[in-house]
Amino acid sequence: MSEEETKEGRPGETRRGFLRSAGLAVGGAALAAGSARADTPDPLITEEQPWGQYLGDGVDAHPYGMPSRHEAHVVRRNVPWLTADTTSSINFTPIHELDGIITPNGVCFERHHGGAADIAPADYRLMINGLVERELVFTLQDLMRFPRENHVYFLECAANGGMEWRGAQLNGCQFTHGMIHNVMYTGVSLRTLLAEAGVKPEGTWLLAEGADAAHMTRSIPMEKALDDCMIAFKMNGEALRTEQGYPVRLLVPGWEGNMWVKWLRRLEVGDQPWYHREETSKYTDLLPDGRAREFTWVMDCKSIITSPSPQMPILHGAGPTVVTGLAWSGRGTIERVDISLDGGVNWQPARIDGPSLPKSMHRFYFEFDWDGSELLMQSRAVDSTGYVQPTKDQLRAIRGTESIYHNNSIQTWHINTFGEAENVEVS
Amino acid sequence: MSKFRKALLGAALIALPATALAEPLGLGRPALPEEVAAWDIDVRPDGTGLPVGSGDVSTGEALFEENCAVCHGVFGEGVDRWPILAGGEDTLAEENPEKTVGSYWPYLSTVYDYVNRAMPFGNARSLSNDDVYAITAYILYLNFIVDDDFTLSNENFLDVEMPNAQGFFFDDRETAEIPLFTHEPCMTDCSAPVSISAHAQVLDVTPEDAAAAERRRAAREGGEVAAAGEAPAEAPQPEAAPQPEEPALDPALVEAGARVFRRCQACHQVGDTARNTVGPHLNGIVGRTAGTVEDFRYSPALTEAGAGGLTWDAQSLAAYLENPRGYLPGNRMAFPGLPGEEDRDALIAYLTSMSR
Ligand code: HEC
Ligand code: HEC
Repeated sequence: MSEEETKEGRPGETRRGFLRSAGLAVGGAALAAGSARADTPDPLITEEQPWGQYLGDGVDAHPYGMPSRHEAHVVRRNVPWLTADTTSSINFTPIHELDGIITPNGVCFERHHGGAADIAPADYRLMINGLVERELVFTLQDLMRFPRENHVYFLECAANGGMEWRGAQLNGCQFTHGMIHNVMYTGVSLRTLLAEAGVKPEGTWLLAEGADAAHMTRSIPMEKALDDCMIAFKMNGEALRTEQGYPVRLLVPGWEGNMWVKWLRRLEVGDQPWYHREETSKYTDLLPDGRAREFTWVMDCKSIITSPSPQMPILHGAGPTVVTGLAWSGRGTIERVDISLDGGVNWQPARIDGPSLPKSMHRFYFEFDWDGSELLMQSRAVDSTGYVQPTKDQLRAIRGTESIYHNNSIQTWHINTFGEAENVEVS
Repeated sequence: MSKFRKALLGAALIALPATALAEPLGLGRPALPEEVAAWDIDVRPDGTGLPVGSGDVSTGEALFEENCAVCHGVFGEGVDRWPILAGGEDTLAEENPEKTVGSYWPYLSTVYDYVNRAMPFGNARSLSNDDVYAITAYILYLNFIVDDDFTLSNENFLDVEMPNAQGFFFDDRETAEIPLFTHEPCMTDCSAPVSISAHAQVLDVTPEDAAAAERRRAAREGGEVAAAGEAPAEAPQPEAAPQPEEPALDPALVEAGARVFRRCQACHQVGDTARNTVGPHLNGIVGRTAGTVEDFRYSPALTEAGAGGLTWDAQSLAAYLENPRGYLPGNRMAFPGLPGEEDRDALIAYLTSMSR
């Protein structure tokens, strides 16, 4: 089956195609699925239900709506043993529960270095200083008067998957891959904003600084700042959430999440990097010879099957089964995603559905007829530069097991005959 | 680096639309020199940004014990899971590398800059320039980089060479990895058959997830997935009948107090899941005898105060929180105090609400 077919083909065709190329024993499983029948009438259909008889909540019952109460388990979670306190900690997006490419604001993972700052819009100031023609101060009102742009970008923490270098450790893609979200931002490009201050020719670096109790700082090369960096005040149409940097955060598309300074208060133009704590002590990648890579900004191409996964077993038994997941690259779009059911020996193309935007998550699906046997399920993404997502062993051969950051390796889920998934490594 | 810069510059030249040369709109206002001075506190490896000042190791030791040791330990060894600041020499190429200021940090300017902008955790920007020089000197001393009679100042700052200064190089993935991983993807018979070599369940360090557990049960036993494990977000809560003997608390004051409590959160927890962290948990603190939470190692000063009959009520809490060290000399709470009476009242209302 050609890639064309999987991307463009109608669902029915695609599934037949898969069945053919997967070469699975479709007979028994397909029959079992098709023969499901009811012996007695379903009371949910034959009897009146309360929601069909009595009135529900009126408008304004919840002036700001929340998810259905039946979805109360779809929440961010943290791993308490990782850090001393939640004010200097991280939690994880429930990616196993989501679909499409946009992460709802309330479940976007949080990472704080000094808790989430609470800043009233009227108290907000942004300063631009350093090697500029005019050192300036802006209010939020001022920032709203610049021309705006809308872009969808993923934000991935460089440490996403960092606990998995030495071996399979956490049982759930929320915990192995959940330091990521994908959001449509509204804001102003740094190109526009910096033009207002007038960057001097010797201004080759930018320092971004937060207003929070960590006063987070990162050095950004001016070429990147002028290429696609932005400040944002809206996420998915509404104001940034407090924990995402309300009222203003920085966007550094495709580059590690730590650089996306929240509660942004200052941009300083300089002629050298600052080598602050988050670009020396942290966010540097220690290699086996004891030396470390610094300024490893770009997030490499990566993918993950979000369902089935350890928190999302297959519940229906053998038969038609939907595999779905996410893929992204800091270098562009995702060209293709392939799925293996045998631990990486053989691969079949998955179907990318929904918008394919640069430096944004892509959603993929792989529909197949599960025969109920054990599987070693993997996904592998290829980005628009032709980079193929590597295996963990390939990365470990270069980086060892102590580099913490930038683990973009292929993940394996072992599916047992019950449909339960477990985080494993294969060799 | 130059290779990267060229590549990026090339990309930028193509991508830069005319707006790069846009005329200013005249928005914002000029920053005043005092404003720039207040926020522009960053320090670079070449010493740019260092203020005039100095401090010695022994002053730094006293400041460190007072402001930092509750979390980082008197010798920078790290209490519980708080960061370790000293030790780890020659471990970077080993299996469990210990990355500390002494073993890993390439530049001393980073220590000054970071302590000055972010520490002590939960009370940032409370140290003077001389304090930060002294503490930086003490951290150097803890890492055997200077002797105990050393004084650090803006004048000799650049003379200090950090042991791992040469330990870093610019991201080389462009040459070391990308060519290896850029190829046609293999589709069939890409390796010999594989088998499982490691399981996550053997380690089993994943946090509890009731919904996932229920789904796994359903996968095994069949049947419907029961309602989500966690309490529904908006389940109707029966109104608790107010206790007649307790005066009602002003909800707005309690809410304001919850905000003030953020200043305590680095060290104290309250609520159902509260446990001892840097400080004792504060459940039931109003009405509690001082120094009596089990399993918490109090200072002798606080234990003795409790044995002597000190009970926390609105009055004693207000006095303690206004000036912890003045009220109870020798107690170990590294908190400078809450000067605002309104803040204290709100906080005590909040703690009272959490004590009922
Ligand atoms: C309440 C606990 C606490 C206190 C008190 C405290 N720190 Fe920290 N310290 C932390 C935490 C938490 C971090 C990591 C913050 C983050 O998430 O980025 C940290 C990080 C550091 C680091 C960087 C460590 C690394 O390896 O990157 C240094 C240096 C440091 N602290 C110095 C100090 C000094 C000096 C003081 C006293 C003036 C102090 N700290 C007081 C909790 C504390
Ligand atoms: C930097 C850490 C830190 C911060 C911040 C902090 N505390 Fe403490 N607190 C402690 C420690 C440690 C103790 C135990 C002191 C001792 O043993 O001498 C303590 C003790 C106490 C006690 C006495 C508890 C008992 O069981 O007798 C109270 C009450 C208290 N703190 C309240 C507060 C409040 C309210 C705040 C915020 C306004 C606060 N603390 C901020 C560390 C801290």
